[in-house]
Amino acid sequence: MINFVLLISRQGKVRLTKWYSPYTQKERTKVIRELSGLILTRGPKLCNFVEWRGYKVVYRRYASLYFCMCIDADDNELEVLEIIHHFVEILDRYFGSVCELDLIFNFHKAYYILDEILIAGELQESSKKNVARLIAAQAC
Amino acid sequence: MASTPAAPAVAPSLVDTLFQRSLNDLVKSLRADPSAAGEAVAVARALSEIHREIRAPDAATKSVALQKLTYLSSLHFAPVGTHLLAFPAIELLASPHLPHKRLAYLAASLSLHPASLSLLPLATHQLHKDLSPSSAGAAHQQHLSALALQLLASPAAAAAPDLPVHLAHDLVPHLARGSPRAIAAAARVIAASPSAAVPVLFKPLAACLASPDPRASTAAAAAFCDLSAPPADATPFLPLAPDLYNLLTTSRSNWALIKVLKVFARLAPLEPRLAARIVDPVCQLLTRSSAMSLTFECIRTVLTALPAHDAAVRLAIGKAKEFVAADDDPNLRYLGLLALGLLGPAYASTVNDCRDAIVKSLGDADTNIRQEALHLIMGMVNENNIMDIAGMLISHVAKSDPEFANDILGAVLAACGHNVYEMVVDFDWYVSLLADMARTLLCAQGDEIGRQLVDVGLRVRDARPELVRSARTLLIDPALLGNHFLFPVLSAAAWVSGEYVDLTKDPVELVEALLQPRTSLLPISVRAVYIHAVFKVITWCFSVYVGRLGDSGMAVDVMFDRLAADQTVGSESNVALVSGEEQDIGASTVRKDPFSHESILYMINLIQTTVGPLINCNEVEVQERALNLIGFVHLVREIQELNKRNVADGDKPSRLEELVKTMQTVFCQELGPVSVNAQMKVATPDGLILNENLVELAGIVSEDDTTPSTSIFFYPCSRHSADTRDELAVSIDSSSLSEHRKRHGLFYLQTGKTEDEPNDYPQANDSLPSSSNNSVNDDKLKTAELVFAGKKSTATKSRPKVVKLDTEDFLSSMMPSANVPKEDPLSGALRDVLLGSDAKALSSQRASDINLEGMLNKTSSNESSSQQIENLGSHPASRSSSRTSKQQNHDKEKGTNPPESDGKEPRKHRSSGRSGHRQGKHKHREKSSTQPDTIPQAPVIQDFLL
Repeated sequence: MINFVLLISRQGKVRLTKWYSPYTQKERTKVIRELSGLILTRGPKLCNFVEWRGYKVVYRRYASLYFCMCIDADDNELEVLEIIHHFVEILDRYFGSVCELDLIFNFHKAYYILDEILIAGELQESSKKNVARLIAAQAC
Repeated sequence: MASTPAAPAVAPSLVDTLFQRSLNDLVKSLRADPSAAGEAVAVARALSEIHREIRAPDAATKSVALQKLTYLSSLHFAPVGTHLLAFPAIELLASPHLPHKRLAYLAASLSLHPASLSLLPLATHQLHKDLSPSSAGAAHQQHLSALALQLLASPAAAAAPDLPVHLAHDLVPHLARGSPRAIAAAARVIAASPSAAVPVLFKPLAACLASPDPRASTAAAAAFCDLSAPPADATPFLPLAPDLYNLLTTSRSNWALIKVLKVFARLAPLEPRLAARIVDPVCQLLTRSSAMSLTFECIRTVLTALPAHDAAVRLAIGKAKEFVAADDDPNLRYLGLLALGLLGPAYASTVNDCRDAIVKSLGDADTNIRQEALHLIMGMVNENNIMDIAGMLISHVAKSDPEFANDILGAVLAACGHNVYEMVVDFDWYVSLLADMARTLLCAQGDEIGRQLVDVGLRVRDARPELVRSARTLLIDPALLGNHFLFPVLSAAAWVSGEYVDLTKDPVELVEALLQPRTSLLPISVRAVYIHAVFKVITWCFSVYVGRLGDSGMAVDVMFDRLAADQTVGSESNVALVSGEEQDIGASTVRKDPFSHESILYMINLIQTTVGPLINCNEVEVQERALNLIGFVHLVREIQELNKRNVADGDKPSRLEELVKTMQTVFCQELGPVSVNAQMKVATPDGLILNENLVELAGIVSEDDTTPSTSIFFYPCSRHSADTRDELAVSIDSSSLSEHRKRHGLFYLQTGKTEDEPNDYPQANDSLPSSSNNSVNDDKLKTAELVFAGKKSTATKSRPKVVKLDTEDFLSSMMPSANVPKEDPLSGALRDVLLGSDAKALSSQRASDINLEGMLNKTSSNESSSQQIENLGSHPASRSSSRTSKQQNHDKEKGTNPPESDGKEPRKHRSSGRSGHRQGKHKHREKSSTQPDTIPQAPVIQDFLL
């Protein structure tokens, strides 16, 4: 399962965090510091997986944002990569060509969308249409 | 942007809620000053605002404050007390207004974690209400329950002990509806408290697997995948196999299939029939699917769970190789290597087929890929290809970045050194490989290389000539002296050159290399090893020199007179400074014959000029070695001078001869273990009866068993010094016995004082070696005594200072640390070979005694040390045990350095393993303990220790 989701900007600013396993606030800052050091320094043509403390972090860069998901060692990396892409597509559809600022000023919306896609660290809704419908219904 | 909530339209009564900043304002203020300090100020200001606002009675103000607080705590990690966030969140949960409620749920799911669980019971009722059907519209109700389920699926809620008990029943209708959220929440609740939740939730959850709704079945598959994940036991999920199988064969959702495959990968090892059932559908998926994630999951399932199905494994390997060969996608390459790495040794040859692609991956830009490739390659290594692979890897080192280069070196060292070099056949090759590794530009593995150099030297006799050659090339290169990573290697090389000096082609060159000016760059510990190596070299040269003189029958007087001519310089109080002219002559002539008079003279002069100044060195280790060495040189000359004045001519050569022989005896015994394999190659010497029972020896030594060798243990310093003193008062016989015990400390460490020695060694009850020594070597005692009496004058100055100096590490780095653990296989093998399976308790002791006996017989019959070395090669047990115990002695004595042994410790260690020398040494020690100049220092030492 996915242990946490991080969105980190290229400058190392955190744009969204979601924890599916219990971490204390202290651990969270530590994890983010470690991972941004690990991921932001990686070159463009490297693979999208980083082994980290017995876990794997699957990340993908979209424009200036790194979407990172931490999974267990025996989880399927490619599947998580698809989940990331799925999430980004839905954000894109919702905000209309999403950019970092959208997420900065609408952080709770990003959470709501993420909550529709992932629950308890597992993918819940694989249909983009359904997610869009549910989010739209919430806005009322 | 447009949809951000504005500040509440309803004006609250308080002034500050009127002018409450919205989240937007907060974000803008945070972004106004991007510096860390500015941000901290903005966060602090916002926090103080929020603290006021969040206590506002109206929900709107509170919700905005909560929203801002959520933002700060989740993205800026503001130090928000968990209660501060959680309490208003729970308050707002009850709000009838959906946006407020949603914010509250968001805040709760972000803020609740096990530390704030005490608040969760407050929310239980609200969750219960939101989960139950209400009078509100169906759509509204669905939103509410979705929010509540979301919270239940969050990690904190799942960790709360009483929530499952209260809410499990509320989940059931949602499960029946097939809500993915309910399924995820149910899985979390079951994981959190199985006893309460399983009876209620497991059946409805299992029913979801068969649900016609693909969302429900996918979510259920994911839920069971989570629940069966290690460390949980997958056995309870075996009954679900039919439903999962059905899903595997019918589902068209890749998400679901991946999860189902994962569950099957855990179930298949538990139920053999299952593997046969699923192998076909999995192979079909493997061949049909175009989704790489699913293909990879199939590969992984086959390789981990279905290893018995050869056809499937080959299919999976084929796919994995395609992955490895994917040039354009590093992800696939990485996963392909990962998959191949899952294969056991049974398929090593298949993996070997794509060795080229794997080797290519060693040069990949991605560290992960390189690491996996290295891991795979190291998995392929066997004794046939290790030379190829190691050579190929070392050639890769030069092309790699420093970190990976050292990973490679480390992997090669680990693979070659594995299980006492079991894969290395050609040690000449390995030794030169070690030297090559040390010389690679980026090498930072000096410790391990140094350790292995010494270890190979100790264990493998046949490798020693090459080892000495390699050590020479390392030592003569002045460039290496500047690289601090290589100090352990140089230390090992110096030790090897000194220990196996008889294999050296050119000792003069070796002495020059060991004393070259750049050695001043070395750390103290290594310098001490260097100087000690010089000592060994010069001793050996002298012995050859003297031996040759004796052989040739040449007038020894002549040579001594010439030696004496130079000696005037050396015996002066100042350091000997040879005129440049003479040294030039020496340097040119010595090349021809390293054992000629000129070369000996040259070396002595070189030693005096370079080591001489070190006797004033601050570092006691160096100082002491230097003093030993200079003392020896002085002794040679003093004898000469003495002879010249008083003694009759006939005495002269014999005294020098005696001196040289004694010193030679000091260094003659070979140290350390050999590898198990090397042992097999060595033939049993004639006349050695391995099965002879040594029981009768018990009578000879039994009276001494009552005095355990407490002198080995120096932990309680006060007691230890007393013990040592007592022991010194014992007769020569028993002190040599205790020496023997020290050498074989392993077998005497029964009383629980040891920390790491295995306890299965028998109590020793004989000590033949030492008792036989007495008679054998009586004639040598005088010489030894004389030597040390003479030496004392130069060498007993600074020893007390050594007390706290932490010099163990250089010795322990020099002596292979792996010796002790490696005793077991060695003695075990010996035990089996020599004595069979019975009498296990006594066997190792006996084996070593037998060997010792053989060794000592040789010692008594052969005067020459080289012959001893020949024979010692076949006694690994005795050597190794004496070696380790010596090491122990050393470690312990170093720590607390008894006053009695003042100034003599290192020599004692060195000679404690000697046969002929020991008693002379003890006599000397007794003497020195009664000397007035050492006794008064005892209190000083005690203080130091305290």
